[in-house]
This record gives sequence, structure tokens and C-alpha cells, in this order.
Amino acid sequence: MQHPSSNISNIEQILHHLKHYLPAQAPLKDFVHHNTLHAFQQESFHEALNNASSIFGYKTYLSLDEFRGYYTAKRIHQKALIQAIERTKSTIPTQEWLHRLLEKKYPSKPKERIGRLRSLWKDVYSIDLDALVHPILFRLICSYLDQGIAIWTFPVKQKGLLASVQEMERNSFSSFFKTKQVKQLLLNNQCAIADLLKKIVGTNEALYEQYLFDQHFAHQGWSGMVSAIEENPSTLLDSKAITFHDLVTIELLLELDALYYKLQDKWQPLDQSITNTQIPEPLFAPVPTTEFHEVMRIWQEAFEWTYYDQVLAGIQQETFSAKPVTTKSFQALFCIDDRECSLRRYLEQTDSLCETFATPGFFGVEFYFKPDEGHFYTKLCPAPVTPKYLVKEENTHKKREIDVHFSKHSHSFYSGWIISQTLGFWSAFRLLINLFKPSFTPATASSLKHMEKASTLTIHNSGETEKGLQIGYTIAEMAQRVEALLKSIGLVSNFAPIVYLVGHGASSVNNPHYAAYDCGACSGRAGSVNARIMSNMANHTEVRKLLAEKGIHIPDSTQFIGALHDTTRDEAVFYDEETLLPNNLSLHKKNEAIFQEALALNARERSRRFESINTQLTPQKIHEKIKIRSVSLFEPRPELNHATNALCIVGNRNISRGLFLDRRSFLNSYDYKIDPDGRYLLNILKAVAPVCGGINLEYYFSRVDNQKLGAGSKLPHNVMGLFGVANGIDGDLRCGLPSQMVEVHDPVRLMVIVEHFPEVVLATIKENAATYEWFKNAWVNLAVVTPVSKQVYVFSNEELKPYTPLTQQVPIINSIEPLLASNQENFPVYILNNETA
Amino acid sequence: MINFLHLLLLIPLAGYLISLLFSSKNETALAWTAFVTVGLQFFLTILLLLWWRLAGLPTFNVKDWVLFQTVDYNFFLDFYFDKITAVYLLVGAVLSFLVTVYSRHYLHRENGYKRFFNTILFFFLGYNIVVTSGNMETLFIGWEILGISSFLLISFYRDRYLPVKNAVKVFSIYRIADVGLILAMWMSHHLWHENITFSQLNNHEIVSEHLQQHSMIGFCIAILILISAAAKSAQLPFSSWLPRAMEGPTPSSAIFYGSMSVHIGIFILLRTFPFWENQISVRWIIAILGFTTSIIATGIARVQSSVKSQIAYASIAQIGLIFIEVALGLDNLALFHFAGNAFLRTYQLLISPSVVSYLIKEQFYNYVPKAPSIEEILPKKWQYTFYMLCLKEWNLDTTMHNWLWMPLKRMGQYLNFLTVQKTIAFFSVLMGAGIAAIVFGSYLPNWLHHSLPTAYSIIGLVLVLKSFTERKSVKLSWLLVMVNHCFIALAVSFNDAFSSTFILMYLSGVFAAALLGYMCIARLKKLEKEVDLSRFHGHSYEHPKITFVFLLACLGLTGFPITPTFIGEDLVYTHIHEHQMVLAIAVSLSLIVDGLAVMRIYARVFLGPHTKSYHDIAYRSS
Repeated sequence: MQHPSSNISNIEQILHHLKHYLPAQAPLKDFVHHNTLHAFQQESFHEALNNASSIFGYKTYLSLDEFRGYYTAKRIHQKALIQAIERTKSTIPTQEWLHRLLEKKYPSKPKERIGRLRSLWKDVYSIDLDALVHPILFRLICSYLDQGIAIWTFPVKQKGLLASVQEMERNSFSSFFKTKQVKQLLLNNQCAIADLLKKIVGTNEALYEQYLFDQHFAHQGWSGMVSAIEENPSTLLDSKAITFHDLVTIELLLELDALYYKLQDKWQPLDQSITNTQIPEPLFAPVPTTEFHEVMRIWQEAFEWTYYDQVLAGIQQETFSAKPVTTKSFQALFCIDDRECSLRRYLEQTDSLCETFATPGFFGVEFYFKPDEGHFYTKLCPAPVTPKYLVKEENTHKKREIDVHFSKHSHSFYSGWIISQTLGFWSAFRLLINLFKPSFTPATASSLKHMEKASTLTIHNSGETEKGLQIGYTIAEMAQRVEALLKSIGLVSNFAPIVYLVGHGASSVNNPHYAAYDCGACSGRAGSVNARIMSNMANHTEVRKLLAEKGIHIPDSTQFIGALHDTTRDEAVFYDEETLLPNNLSLHKKNEAIFQEALALNARERSRRFESINTQLTPQKIHEKIKIRSVSLFEPRPELNHATNALCIVGNRNISRGLFLDRRSFLNSYDYKIDPDGRYLLNILKAVAPVCGGINLEYYFSRVDNQKLGAGSKLPHNVMGLFGVANGIDGDLRCGLPSQMVEVHDPVRLMVIVEHFPEVVLATIKENAATYEWFKNAWVNLAVVTPVSKQVYVFSNEELKPYTPLTQQVPIINSIEPLLASNQENFPVYILNNETA
Repeated sequence: MINFLHLLLLIPLAGYLISLLFSSKNETALAWTAFVTVGLQFFLTILLLLWWRLAGLPTFNVKDWVLFQTVDYNFFLDFYFDKITAVYLLVGAVLSFLVTVYSRHYLHRENGYKRFFNTILFFFLGYNIVVTSGNMETLFIGWEILGISSFLLISFYRDRYLPVKNAVKVFSIYRIADVGLILAMWMSHHLWHENITFSQLNNHEIVSEHLQQHSMIGFCIAILILISAAAKSAQLPFSSWLPRAMEGPTPSSAIFYGSMSVHIGIFILLRTFPFWENQISVRWIIAILGFTTSIIATGIARVQSSVKSQIAYASIAQIGLIFIEVALGLDNLALFHFAGNAFLRTYQLLISPSVVSYLIKEQFYNYVPKAPSIEEILPKKWQYTFYMLCLKEWNLDTTMHNWLWMPLKRMGQYLNFLTVQKTIAFFSVLMGAGIAAIVFGSYLPNWLHHSLPTAYSIIGLVLVLKSFTERKSVKLSWLLVMVNHCFIALAVSFNDAFSSTFILMYLSGVFAAALLGYMCIARLKKLEKEVDLSRFHGHSYEHPKITFVFLLACLGLTGFPITPTFIGEDLVYTHIHEHQMVLAIAVSLSLIVDGLAVMRIYARVFLGPHTKSYHDIAYRSS
């Protein structure tokens, strides 16, 4: 780190560096999973965890006691532990390592570096700056950014935070500041960050960066939100001009104000107040590797490989081979999402003639969506993509329902007087109903409301544009997208009469994190619109003509149908059924029944994790309970979302169809045969690494340090400005995932398993530097299974090396039914007996 | 009837005690205990109300257990039932029932599932005692239970900084309410020369006769009751505690601060209405306070950008209106309004997490770029001024801090020279002198004899201030609270007729609790290196059992109704003469600070972020 001199560009440099480390979480409505420690991603995984832990005080692994407990409970296998020790290539004998791992006591880790410099104020002057500055600062930012909670909104708008505060200070009898001199600084525009730092920290510019880091990591939630909104202003519907620079300026002013107010003139800048020996070690000085960290690293590897090894062995050992089917009943294309893993298994089990596929749930169509009567556009594709297309919903019929309990009139004293004496009694009744007979209310966030079933969509472009976006797609654009989709999943021939494209979404109530439950590939929305659009494209005669030229012949009798799977309620909705040919319509009726049965079975499998549902009941009864659960106010776990995710299998369904993976795997269909040089594979991995890797790492870090990297328990959460949650009213915004979402999650990194030849895979991942970084630095693991011969290769140190699984024989089971009711924990891998699977 | 009222207290008590027996793992048993307790209470309340309706809405008074009696002193429990009790009982039972059912699933797997249901049932017990109480003494028992259960629920997430800090903050406001009530009780002893019951207050002739003779005392009592009511119901200038109390799980915030706890101030006003009915000035003051609070709180609610604080301030504004209704004598309307407001705010808090998806959607379809607000009719300068004041909550929180904590802290800092040894020396000398003065009292000059009670009470106050500001030694701080009680006992002993039985009654609980607490501290010091008062240590993480026992000791030492000390405290006040205003104030202040000092020790040693970092620890600001 070079030492800055006080010119503006160096302050900017510091702020830029600081922003890089702040949480990058978007407002709640746009919640998309990402690697919580994204700032450390250029370092290798374990090194990064050690650094993050020493610098910022994060807990980056499970605790030593937890690992030891797992070992005793055989959730970490001895063989895997030995293997992990051997992999370190350490000169210390294995026995010594085992002693360290299993018995040796380690002292608490030393205090983190962050916060040490700024805490000197407390040591020297007994002044608690946080207590004086935070409450008013948080309120100010929250009110400024507020999206619709306050009735009387921030009176100055669109000027930027600092300018707005300045404007108000200039025209008010009151002030946010307690001292005149600070107010004057602001009014006279004498508030350049460098000048303020000089007053507070002193002339020792080498301390500035560390001081600002300390300042903002005392409330990383708010700072992160400001920085995220600055980067992407359109994430707020009611847009607000704000910069991180403004936030820093205001906080420094408030600090200065607090110092003057509490200490009057009896203080000096920080560097004058302390001796040189008191200056703490620089934040980013090299972090030494400790024995303790080595121990944690070995445990983590052993924990992961205990599971990976079973999976790789399972893939080698399972013998499922697709029965040569000439006619397929139907084909269904799902999202890559781990929650679809079991539904696909049940569809295949219920109807052995069907075939299932998976691809990221935006189905390769990227666009902005404008719901009928909506005032805004919603992006329906992965977050990093900026679409050029607009699709509008038209001809809707349903009216939106209103819940008067959210009415702001109840908050003023005159209308509140009436409301509390009328509506008040209705509230008690409503609560009673919701407790004993929960049902849909206007407060429910439901994927089914995303798009109305009977509506129409503007999919076909007729030359129109709106606000620079092209409305709908041209035939060529459609054909190109359909071709890319079908080729990437390997569905280019043998089409069934009906191909379902099943997007997914979720339903929940009382859940500020609702967007995290929907489809990540659709930027935290349901995938129904995408599924419907893609089906429409693939059904288009002109498109099919173009596809035929590319060698994809879709028979006229084959029709694509869009659908939505609600992962919380295990319900499916099908769109545009009226377009089905008479013959297909009757087939569809049969398929619908199969879906129903599979959904109920899926609900039963999910229910094993839920304390309140008896898994021994019939699937239909359980299904009813699951549906009730999704609309219950008092249920903080409507579903468990991506919890327990650990794998991503990219390959033909046959390599995993015979395995019971306990809903822990993302699945992406891929056929190496039609992609010998890895062209489609690159596109798949480009999405898999950040999307699935991001989900996986967010779960990892929220699980291992639920307080600093996760959101803590959601039960006390208070919604701030509609964009974040905090505990109580004066707290920092809580980023990451609440404990209710991650408590059953085993924090293991994602293992991506690709079916192809090692040299092709290696060449493919090296093609894209950003993607390669994920693998090279081991933020996600990679294994390759060769086609047919099923040799396993594992990626490490930039090479793919052959691997022989430690697991001799993966247990074979005939049916998972007895297993489901046995316990709530993660199951090991099982091979499903061919006859029954 | 009598049995019914008893049952309504015995059921929550039994439920609470049973809930203590189950292991914290046994969620089903804990939830069912709460469910059955509150459900049964609900059912019985309905039966009672039906019977009461058929009987023609009579009013009942039940004089009960006499706990302590001398010739001119009688401490007894008394219960009372009228329409106010009826409404409060019913609303309490309905809401507790609904929230218990709600919490059963909501708190699943939460650390502290047991603590939560224990505290809810304890709170429920306190609430029922308050609303069925027939005299101030009985009411005060319930009142204290409400205070302590509030502290425990706000600090439910005891390993985080803000909940603990806010719990202490709210507790200090509650302490003001407590002392307002204690002083009111002291004054009424002298007004009536007995422990008067609420039913006696309904006798207009007696009341007006007494008040005519002592109109000033009557006024003071009414104002003290109003202070208690205002503090408990978050009226000005105390309002800022209510939003800060929203730190626990949402259902507990809903039931406590949305509904039941925060409306208790109204209850006590309704209950004492006959007493101040004819004091027109008091009625004006109550109405003006209510009105001002409504206006200010509505303004603050309008600028809140967090959903829970918005509901809190909106509720405060409604309670202000109910104050006006009570002052106007519209008791039926006040009761109706109370019930409606309680239900509405509970429900609004319970569905508050839904606000994101609901309002975002509403905004998506109905967005107006700049929604007009009524304040825009003001000139810009006034508009900005009011906005900023509302955003800063009219400085209520900082003012409370500056007026309440800072003077205490500053006074305590002057005592920094007192070390453990000096304190012991100081204490022994003064105590010896005091005892000597009692024995040889008759030899002392009259003026000295008269000033001794006040002098000793002030010394006691000084010592407890030292206890409150001590930053290092836990033991010193703890012992000073005990010493303070000794000095109060001594001070009152200078007055006539304060017998050794009384002293024993007063100090027995204090000594027992002090010893128990001392043993806890000693035990903890043996196990842990870091035990002091400089910051929070969070030792409850590793030592939940010591924490629980120490909490009991804290309750004992603060005169909570689990030892005879609480009767002793009432006795002490009975023996403070009418003209000894300074003594009364010094003793009251001592008791306020006692409570604060003890809870501060509990919080600093056992609560807050844990000192050890092998597990995940929240940020201070979270």
C-alpha cells in the first residue's frame, strides 16, 4: 500500500479501496447471492480466509469444537482427515498433526486489526464516538434513502446527501450538529475530506486510510448500502443521488462535532494525542500463517472431501444407463437450481418415459419486463447482464388487493383515532384467522403474482422501441437464443410431443428476504415470464425454419409450454395451454397429473427438515401442510432455499440420475458430444462459477460467522426504508443471510463436476480470466469425469490430476422412503437401485 | 367471584413455575405450558365476564392475605374487579393467547426459547396482578414484575451490545416510574394514615374530605401518579424509550411495547381517577400532556423510516389521545380506544416484516415521484426545522441521557478517590457512630438528632452513586448497594417507632441477596480472568446458571417482591415523616440508583458481547 499524500486523488484512491471491501449487497428487493468476501477473491481461498480473519475479525471456518464434534459423529471420516493432512506435504509427522487436530488446546485468536486506531479515542479521551455519531448518522441516511416507509419524506431531494444537508442547515432553526463551528464548516464548504481528516486524525497522512477503514467497518452495513446504491442507482425505484464520498464527509463532520461538543478545546488531533508506540500495525500488513490456521484448513478440507469423495465414488459406481426409449412422454427443462434436483428425480420416478434437463432459469432470454400498469421495468436475467429488450405484460384482469393495515393513515393521530377503534378490532380477528387458518393475503409475496396467467406478452418485435429498449425480439434474435439454449443442454433431437420449460419462484409472508428465495438467474424474481417467452419463441414456425437450417429439426407435433414451479408451495402453473394441439392437450392432462404426484412427493421429501410436519403422513396431506406453511405469518422458514448446497454437476443427466444427492446439487444439462471443443461449456461455467459459487459462498460465510457476515436471527429484524433490515431502531444494516436460512447448511465449498475430457475442460476454464480465478484460487472446486470410462480428475495447482476415491462402495438403496423419516440431518450419498429408480 | 380472581392469578403463577422446570431443548413442553396457561386464562376470563354481565356488572373488592401487621401498620394484598379490570383482563388474555400461539413456531430453534416463554409467562403474571390489584401495594408487586420482565425481553439477545444498552436505558425510565409510585404511596400513607384501597377511593365524601384539608399533598400525589403513568406509557418527556425497546423478537415487541405494557400507564390513571377527578388542574395537566404528546409523537412518526419505530410513535400518539379521554372523564371511550389501539399495533408489528414486499409492490404500481405532504404549506425554514427536530426525536433521547445519567455519573466521578479500603473504613466509622447515636440518642442535642436521618440517607445516596460509577471492582460496587440499604435503615431508625423487627424485615432480604450475589461473583472470578465493570463481558455465554442465580440475587437486592425487603421498603416509607421531604427524596433516589447500579453490574458482567472470540460475535453497532 503506497502512502497517500493529501491531494484529492489519493483520498479518492483510499475511498475506492475501502468501497471494494464493503459488503456489496443490493437493496432487499434485488437481493442476489454473491461471494461475501469478494474483496479477497484474488487470493487463494485459505489464504484469504486467514487474512480476512486477522484483519477484519471474521470467523471464517466452523469452530474447532464443531469440527471435532463432527469427527466424533463420523460426519468427517478418518480417511479424509489423513488425506487432508497428507495433502499439506508438511514435514511434521501425521501423528503430531492428529494430536493438534483432535486434542491440542488453542488460545482465543488475537483481536482483529480493524478498529484499533480509532478506538484510541476511547483510550485517550474516554469518548465514545460511535455512540455519539451512529444514531443520528444512521437516521439521516435511512431517511434520505427511504423508499416509502416515512410519510413525511426527506424534504430536499435529488441534490445529493451532502448538498441536501447543507441546504437544510442553511434554512433551519435546528441543526444536525451540536456545535456552531462544525455547522459553519459545512455552510462555508470547508469540508473536504482531506481537511477534515487533518483536523481529526492530524497531519500524519499515513494513518488516513486505516482511520477511514475503522470508521466504516464500525457500520459496514450502511456504508455498503450507500456504496452499492452509488454503483447502481437504478436499484432504488424512488431514485436517490448519493455517493460514498458524501457519507464519509458527513460522518467526519459529525465526529468533529462530537469531539468539540464533548471535549470542547481539550483535545488534539489523534496523531498528536498518542505516542508512536500506540500506533497500531497497518491494516494490510502481511498476515502470518499460524499453526491454528493450518489446523482449521485441514479440518475444512477433510470435511469437504468426506462428502466430495462419496459423490465422485457414486458417479463412478452407479450404473444407470438410459433405457433405449424411442418415444418419450414429455421433456421438462428446469432451472439449474439445487431445489429442482429432487423434483426432477420424482418426475423421472413417476413417469420413467420422461426426460428432464436443466439450465440457468432465465432460459437464455434477457430482457426488462414491464408488468401491466407497472411504473417500472424489472430486469429478468442474471444481474451482471444489461438487456437491450423490453417485454410488456398486457391484458391483465385481476385487481391488486389492498391491506389497510399497511395504510399510513393509521399513523397520524386524527385518522389513527378512528382507525384504531375500528380496524383495531378487525386486526385481532385477522390475527386469529391467520394463526389457525393461514391463507393468502395481500401481504404474501408470491411468485404466482409475478405475471398474470391470462395476460399476453409483447414477445415479437414489430420495430417499436421504448426508452431505448427494443420491444420484443426479431425472428433472427429468437432463433439464435433457442439454438443456443438447446445446444447447451444437448437437446437437439428426439423431441417429445411436449417440452415444458419450468421456471421457478417462491412464496412467503413476513419475509424481507423474499427476493433471495426466487430465481437468482432472473435477478431475484420468478422465472415464469422467461419460460413463457422462450416457449413462445421455440414454437414459432419462422424460428423453427431457421433452426432447421442449423440442423435442429423440431417436429411440428412438438410444442413448448412455459410453466412455473413454486418451490415453497410445490405447485406448478402452466401457461398458454390453450395453444396446445388437441392431441397434445390430452397428453398434457396426463402429464399434469404426473407433475401433481411428483410435486407431492417432493413436498414430502422437503418436509423431513421441518419440525412441524410429520413426514410419515401421506404425500398429499404433507403437501397441504407445506402450502399452509408458505402463507403462515409465524413461519420464519417457509422453505430452506439453497441450504445444504454443495455440488454442481455439469453433464448428461445419466451420470447423476442413479444417485440420491439429497437436494444438494445444482444440475446443468450438457452434452459433451455436441460440444467437443467446449464452446458451450465455457458459457455454462462462466455462469456457474459466479452464480452457484456466489450462492454457495454466501451460505458458507453466513453460516460460519452468522453475526458478522450473516444477518443474525431474523426474529428481531426491523425493516429500514424498505431496502434493508437492522436489529432494533438504531442498528447497522444486517447484510448476508439470517440464521434461519443457513442453520442446517454444511459450510463446504461448491464442487463443480464436469463430464468431459480433462484437457478440454482445462483449456476451457483458462479461456476466461474471471472464471478461471474462481477455480485457480479454489473458491470453487472442480472435478472432471471422463465420458464412458468415468475416470475422475481433480483440479488443484492449475492442473487436473487423476483421483481415486477413498470410498470403496457407496451404499445401494431400493427406496428413499424409509430414509426420509429417519432423521433431519444431511444424508450420505446413496446409489438408487436401478430397478426402482 | 373471590375464587375466580384468585384463579386468574394462580394460573399464570403456576404456568410460570411449571415453565421453569422444562429443559430448554424441550420446545413442545414449553410452548404447550404457555399455550395451556394463557388459553385457560382466556377461557376463564370469558366465563368470568359472562357471569359478571349476568350479575349486572357489579364491582368487587377482595381484601386478602395480610402479609404484615402491627398496631398502626397493615400490609395486605387486595384485589378489585370492575369494568376497567374486565377490559384489561380480556385484552391481555386475547393478545397473550394469540402471541403465544404465534411464538410457538416463530421462535423454533432460537437460542433462549425457554427464556422467552419464561419471561412471557412472568410478564403475564405481573400484568394480571396489576389489572386485578385493589391497592397500591398489590399493584406495585405486579408493576415491578412488568419492569423486570421488560428488561429481560429487551435484552433477550443478550450477547449483542445494543439490546443490552437499550434494556438498561428502558429500565432506568421504568425506575423513575417506580419511584413516582413509591413516593405517591408514601404521601398517601400520610394523607389517609392507612394503606388505602382503590375501592375506598370511590367514596367521594372521604376523598374530598381528605383533599380539602391537604390539597397540596393531593396534588403532589396525583402528579407523581401521572409521572409514573407517563413514564410507563411513553408520554413526554419519556417517549424515546418505546422505539428503543423494540430489540427482542418481533412478537415480544408486539405484545409488550405495541400493546400490553405500554397501556399500563392508562390503567393506573383510570384506576386512580376518583382520586383526582375533582382536581381540575390535574385534569388539565393530563389532557395537555396527552395532547402535546400526540402532536409531537405524530410528527416524529411521520418522519420515521423504519417500520417498528413508526408504529411505536404512532401508538404513543394514540395513547396521548387516550390520556385526554381519561382526563375528560370519558372512561368508556378510553377503554374502547385502548383495546382497539392494542390490537391494531400488535397486528401491525407482527406483520411488519411484510412491509417490504407489500409497499415495494404498491410503489411499483402507484409511484408518484414526489408525494405531497401536509407540511409543505409551511415556510421552508419552518418546514426544515420541524423535519430536523422530528428526525432527532426532539432530542428526547439525548435530553434523557444528559439529565438522568450524566448528573449521576458526574457525581459519582467525584468519588473516585474512594478505594475498597477507604470505603470500608468510611463505612465502619459512620455505621458505628450511627449505632451509637441511636443507643445514646437521648444525649444528643435536638437539632442534631433531627438532622441525622437526612444526613445518613444522603451518605447512603453518595455511596450508591459510587457503586453506580465504579469501573473496576464488581465486589465493591455490589457491596456498596448493600451498605446503602444499611444506611437507609439506620437513617429511618433515628425516627421513632422504627423497631428492630422492621429493620430485620428490611435487611434480611438484602443480606441474603447480597451474600448470594457475592458468592456468584466470587465463583465467576475463580473461573474467569476478566471480571470488571469497565465494559460488557457477556459471561452468560459460558455461565448461564451463574447468570440466573445472580439475577435472583439482583432482584433480592433491589427489593423485588421475592424477599421480605419489599415490605420493609414500604415500612421505611411509612416511617418517613410528612415533613421529611429531603429524607424521602434521598431514600427514593437511593432506591432508583440502587436498581440502576445492580442492573448495571448484571449487564456489564453477564450480558453484552462475549469477551472470548472463539465463536461468532456481533458488531457493536448491529
